Amino acid sequence: MSPKTTPLTIDQLIDDRRTRIVVCCGSGGVGKTTIAAAIGLRAAERGRHVVVLTVDPARRLAQSMGLTVLDNTPRLVDGVRGTDDEGGDAASAGAGAGAGGASAGGSMHAMMLDMKRTFDEIVEAHSDPDRAAQILANPFYQSLSSSFAGTQEYMAMEKLGQLRRADEWDLIVVDTPPSRSALDFLDAPQRLGRFLDGRLLRLLVAPAKFGGKAGLKVLNAGFGMVTGVVTKIIGSQLLRDVQTFVSAMDTMFGGFRERAEYTYRLLRMPGTSFLVIAAPEHDALREASYFVERLERDGMPLAGLVLNRVHSSPAARLSAARSLAAVETLQGLPESDSSALAITALRLHAERMRRAATEKRLAERFTAAHPLVPVARIPAQAEDVHDLDGLRVIGATFGPG
Amino acid sequence: MLVSMRDTDWDGVRLHVVTGKGGTGKTTVAAALALALASHGKPVLLMEVEGRQGIAQLFDVPPLPYEERRVAVAPADDGRPGGDLLALAVDPQSALIEYLEMFYNLRQAGRALTKLGVVDFATTIAPGLSDVLLTGKAAEAVRRKKDGNPVYGAVVLDAPPTGRIGRFLNVSSEISGLAKVGPIRNHADTVEKIIRSGQTVVHFVTLLEEMPVQETLDGIAELKNVGQGNIQPGGIFVNMIRRGPDGPVTAPADKTRDVEALEVALKAAGLGEDHGLAADLADELAEEARAEQTQAAQRRLLDAAGQPCYELPLIGDGIDLAALYRLAGALREQGAA
Repeated sequence: MSPKTTPLTIDQLIDDRRTRIVVCCGSGGVGKTTIAAAIGLRAAERGRHVVVLTVDPARRLAQSMGLTVLDNTPRLVDGVRGTDDEGGDAASAGAGAGAGGASAGGSMHAMMLDMKRTFDEIVEAHSDPDRAAQILANPFYQSLSSSFAGTQEYMAMEKLGQLRRADEWDLIVVDTPPSRSALDFLDAPQRLGRFLDGRLLRLLVAPAKFGGKAGLKVLNAGFGMVTGVVTKIIGSQLLRDVQTFVSAMDTMFGGFRERAEYTYRLLRMPGTSFLVIAAPEHDALREASYFVERLERDGMPLAGLVLNRVHSSPAARLSAARSLAAVETLQGLPESDSSALAITALRLHAERMRRAATEKRLAERFTAAHPLVPVARIPAQAEDVHDLDGLRVIGATFGPG
Repeated sequence: MLVSMRDTDWDGVRLHVVTGKGGTGKTTVAAALALALASHGKPVLLMEVEGRQGIAQLFDVPPLPYEERRVAVAPADDGRPGGDLLALAVDPQSALIEYLEMFYNLRQAGRALTKLGVVDFATTIAPGLSDVLLTGKAAEAVRRKKDGNPVYGAVVLDAPPTGRIGRFLNVSSEISGLAKVGPIRNHADTVEKIIRSGQTVVHFVTLLEEMPVQETLDGIAELKNVGQGNIQPGGIFVNMIRRGPDGPVTAPADKTRDVEALEVALKAAGLGEDHGLAADLADELAEEARAEQTQAAQRRLLDAAGQPCYELPLIGDGIDLAALYRLAGALREQGAA
């Protein structure tokens, strides 16, 4: 007996005006960005005002959405069709910017995250120009803000918070960074908050605040040892940079934690839906299980699993076994061009049916472990998606059934 | 065919860095390559650095601690017994504590530092430092000697994905903005020497799909620009190749004629009642031919990169030890190890 799967209807999710944020997560290489973009376009063409936040889109997909530069600003995507002309001719590209994109139906903006710029903007917004300049020039800050580990996750969430606060869009679709571990983007804000609250930081700030060695004297010997060790590991010059950075940032720290907490709360609110994206493959589904478990543990609103690139056959009525039996029959008959062609076709079909069966089995295994998680199936496309039409083809599978 | 040590494409290489886009099977390929290398008889160390415990899952063993553990033995070769395959999951925190111990005898202090958050701080908030500690561990394993001989025949590093690889390996300059002098700086310089020597190559794992292929080509180009461009690109490992049962399918010249021919043959095979079947099967043929064309185009792009290419078949039902042996065998046949 195969376990019963609750179908996930993405159209229902995006048609529900209460849905304000859709977060697409999943391991790398499963088509997360494509699905996020397809959801954005579909929602826009069904009347919503959408912004899609992507992290690292494939070049051609980015170009198709008009994202030629990584400039951290939402750009209006041309060529989004209003609800009026659905199924008709494409709205002319130029009209998208004006009434064409907005009046008839929805609109779609897309942006690519620039994590350094996002970080810089927070600094600029929360300190006076002199101090901001001081922080931006600090070597430690530069390393922190342009490195990949953790910062990207945090900044993606920060940007999400900003977009939500701006309240210019009624739906935000987020494509999460391909994190090293399952849900870094959930942990990063908290980790940063914890770090900024920590004793260590106070300790590091102390000497700079009270002026060099004098500051150290007021601390007990244990703390002195720690600073000594830190100096040994990272060198005194780096330590000085960190201290300068920390004291310059001191006034902003409370703000950072507040923002991190705001974003975390935002993610748990009813208007947010998480979609876990996976390919019907062993590893990707195992990762998907982690994601689902982690989201459930954190009380995050999980809408369901999107099984991307599912293979099927237009001739599913012919089983692999019957197909191969027919091959044997043909092989017993005199050879001819038509039988050779049919043998190739039938073998290929059997292979396809086997593949579909393997995928089905893997999906069923997931559902057996997570029986309550609704599942949407997106058929495999013959070619990579790199234009709005390709995204539309995917979006067309978001309906029921 | 027996392959002797001299026949491999990467003789003299001691550190194999394996990268690739997410979802291409980087860890699997790294493991298969490590097994293939171990079949020369000397022990090989397989390292992972991303805290995923992918190696443990692959070899079906409990999560790896920060300790080199034997996970498999390579198949015998040329009558000689195969070497051991050891695995290690490196995390920056443990690497930092080990580093402190090695250089400053600070094991006890390490615990106190962990408690105070120094370790967390140093590794999370200064990520460049993490990378140096991770690559540093690999460099240490490469250089480690016992009785004057290297302990490991080779070290295979399951590295971060292609998008991060340049930064990951560009230790020295990543650190130079942060630490101009001091112990970390010296450490970084030592690591850098190994990474930029002929002892190290960076392999790329890809699928015959547009995005992974593009990332591979970008990654190879990026290596040429990292630092002084002395990091050697290695092989391109084309993973999960799916072969049709009858080899490549060519696009039909005339689909209507195909459908007619199929109708005749299907009738002869006893499948004549289903009238739409011939057309559906012709569609499948055409789709397959199109996929074949796309793949051929990607293959041409990879060939033009000028690096040796190796092919690994798709293993549908999850990778187990038997599958790894099979992949390792395929790599040896093609001269990758």
